[in-house]
Amino acid sequence: MSGPSIYEPKTAIERWLDSRLPIIRFGVDFMAFPTPRNLNYWWTFGGILSFCLVAQIVTGIVLAMHYDPSGAGAFVSVEQHIMRDVNYGWLIRGIHANGASMFFLAVYLHMLRGIYYGSYKAPREVLWLLGCVIYVLMMATAFMGYVLPWGQMSFWGAKVITNLLGAIPVVGPTITTLLWGGFAVDDPTLNRFFSLPYLLPFVIAAVVALHVWALHVPGNSNPTGVAVKSKADTLPFHPYYTVKDGFAVSLFLILFAMFVFFLPDAFAKVDNEVMANPLVTPAHIVPEWYLLPFYAILRAIPDKLGGVIGLGGAIALVFALPWIDRSKVRSMRYRPMARTYFFFWILSAVVLGWCGSQEPDAQLFPGVTFFNLIDYDINSVTWVSRFAAIYYFAFFAILGLLPMWEKTRPVPDSLFTPVLSHGAAVPAGAVAAPEKKG
Amino acid sequence: MAFRLTLAAALACGLAMPALAATTQVAPKDVHWSFEGPFGMYDQAQLQRGYKVYREVCSSCHSMNMVAFRNLGDQGGPFWSPKYPNPNENPVVKAIAADYQIPDIDGDTGEAIKRPGTSADYFPNPYPNPTAGKAANGGALPPDMSLLAKAREGGPAYIYSIVTGDDANIPAGLVVPPGKHYDPYIAGDMSPYWKGDPNHVPRGGVIAMPPPLGPGKVQFDDGTPSSLQQEAWDVSAFLEWAADPKMEERKQVGLAAMIFLVLFSGLLWVTYRGVWRDVEH
Repeated sequence: MSGPSIYEPKTAIERWLDSRLPIIRFGVDFMAFPTPRNLNYWWTFGGILSFCLVAQIVTGIVLAMHYDPSGAGAFVSVEQHIMRDVNYGWLIRGIHANGASMFFLAVYLHMLRGIYYGSYKAPREVLWLLGCVIYVLMMATAFMGYVLPWGQMSFWGAKVITNLLGAIPVVGPTITTLLWGGFAVDDPTLNRFFSLPYLLPFVIAAVVALHVWALHVPGNSNPTGVAVKSKADTLPFHPYYTVKDGFAVSLFLILFAMFVFFLPDAFAKVDNEVMANPLVTPAHIVPEWYLLPFYAILRAIPDKLGGVIGLGGAIALVFALPWIDRSKVRSMRYRPMARTYFFFWILSAVVLGWCGSQEPDAQLFPGVTFFNLIDYDINSVTWVSRFAAIYYFAFFAILGLLPMWEKTRPVPDSLFTPVLSHGAAVPAGAVAAPEKKG
Repeated sequence: MAFRLTLAAALACGLAMPALAATTQVAPKDVHWSFEGPFGMYDQAQLQRGYKVYREVCSSCHSMNMVAFRNLGDQGGPFWSPKYPNPNENPVVKAIAADYQIPDIDGDTGEAIKRPGTSADYFPNPYPNPTAGKAANGGALPPDMSLLAKAREGGPAYIYSIVTGDDANIPAGLVVPPGKHYDPYIAGDMSPYWKGDPNHVPRGGVIAMPPPLGPGKVQFDDGTPSSLQQEAWDVSAFLEWAADPKMEERKQVGLAAMIFLVLFSGLLWVTYRGVWRDVEH
């Protein structure tokens, strides 16, 4: 923890404990952690994500009590036992299944905030790397968790994704066989995929602890990107940010509850309401929305190994961001050019996501043959995803080269200057207008 | 703040874009249901009529493995009665169950027997095994109906469209193989059976099921005229209940949860403003 401890044991028993296990000191200092006073609502997703992780672990453990990890029993234990007979089983499963989507929604917003405000830059590279590790672990957990209901999409999704690993030279087929526990996706695979998503959330929790530790060494970044200079720039985490994060979590819960109670199947695929059948391939195998951009990149490259490399590269480049982006200006608030490229990068990811949900051969404008160039029909989802993927990757190159010609706006001297300048217009002691916050 | 929340919501919607399937079939008919929207509940009279259609028509070929007789008397179910909070004691449920013969084993001799059903039993399968089901239906196993309304794009409207799909109006030039029936609402590829313009292949697919319903096929106990549309509408609603029997409970709990969350958020906002009142930021 940065800064001197503010804790002073008051009673004999506190002094006794403090010299043996300073856990109260840890808690007190943790809650009083000096936090920049200009954090906006985009900084509340850390709290929201902590809530999501706890919610997934708690509901997951309860679901595991009622779940049968066997090819014959898995689908029935979910769709008949949990959804119909277990008291509030529909609610626990609804929270868990929709919670995965909510978790990814929050993590994407959290990551985009980190990129927009340059939070990954020195001295927060390790913080960023740990966050990326959490994200990869989340994808692995979500993918394996999705296999558990053992519906058609569970089964065929598992088959497609595990087959990808087979494209890795030399060790690929061995890894696939180990994952399958045999030579096809079957009962042993399901048992592995039940054991691992029970383990991984606790690994995630451990990496989250490291992530928070790595946050508490340099402290939070902030929307201006200017380093905290004095105690006057900060507020104790509690009560100022506990209450703000609490409010944000509560708003997030309204969205969450809307899906759980009124649109429980909004993210679900109809094929997953049919029990897994190795003899019947669904017409259209699609992963969950949060994996769609990567799925589109995979399909855009007309070579299996190339596709896997593209998919891995799309994630690896995010890890490398602190070393790609060398701009001295941290926040994109003062980098109008970088900001424009960044918003187009988000757009490219959304377009890729849309492409991933479509049939690769489908036409963008049905029936239009105008775009037939040489031997290729540019009017196809595959080609749209290729163009979007090119921009997705080009963004990292742009970000790396941009400081050579970029004109940045003046950065304030301290993170508090812009706040004071507009704060001066407000009479002292008056309630600040909420729309001017941040 | 409002702008930022809007932006966040727009981002959320963009990321949560639904997967769209390619359209090889005609979109399901536009049907109105009592259970639409956040407050929509099942119409119990409709569920009872729908159950009768299932019992007298569908159940001779289609299983409904995940539904027990007692479920019919659960809250939100077709035969729920506040007089019988325990559905196992509901006389209607007991009578329906007793009407079925359930395979069992004689407790003394171990011989295979059949006994009248109890409310704890599940709807029995019309065929002893899937192979028998296929053999009796030209090679196509009639799908289990427990989750059918959730397992098809379009849900109950899809079921309604399939069973009311007009088999008689086959487009000229379409030669449907014997034992199969053309249905524009089924996904498929009709080009192998199409003799006309290859650029205008009719949308739709083939289904092994002959048109199951028709006027007067099921006589409703409440005097509702039994047209094809009425039967299809009621049985589709019943199958939606079978696939989502906890919907009424879900929406009721959901309403309370939403009211709580909105009030709680309001209180937190007031607390937040109070804590930050004298802080320049």
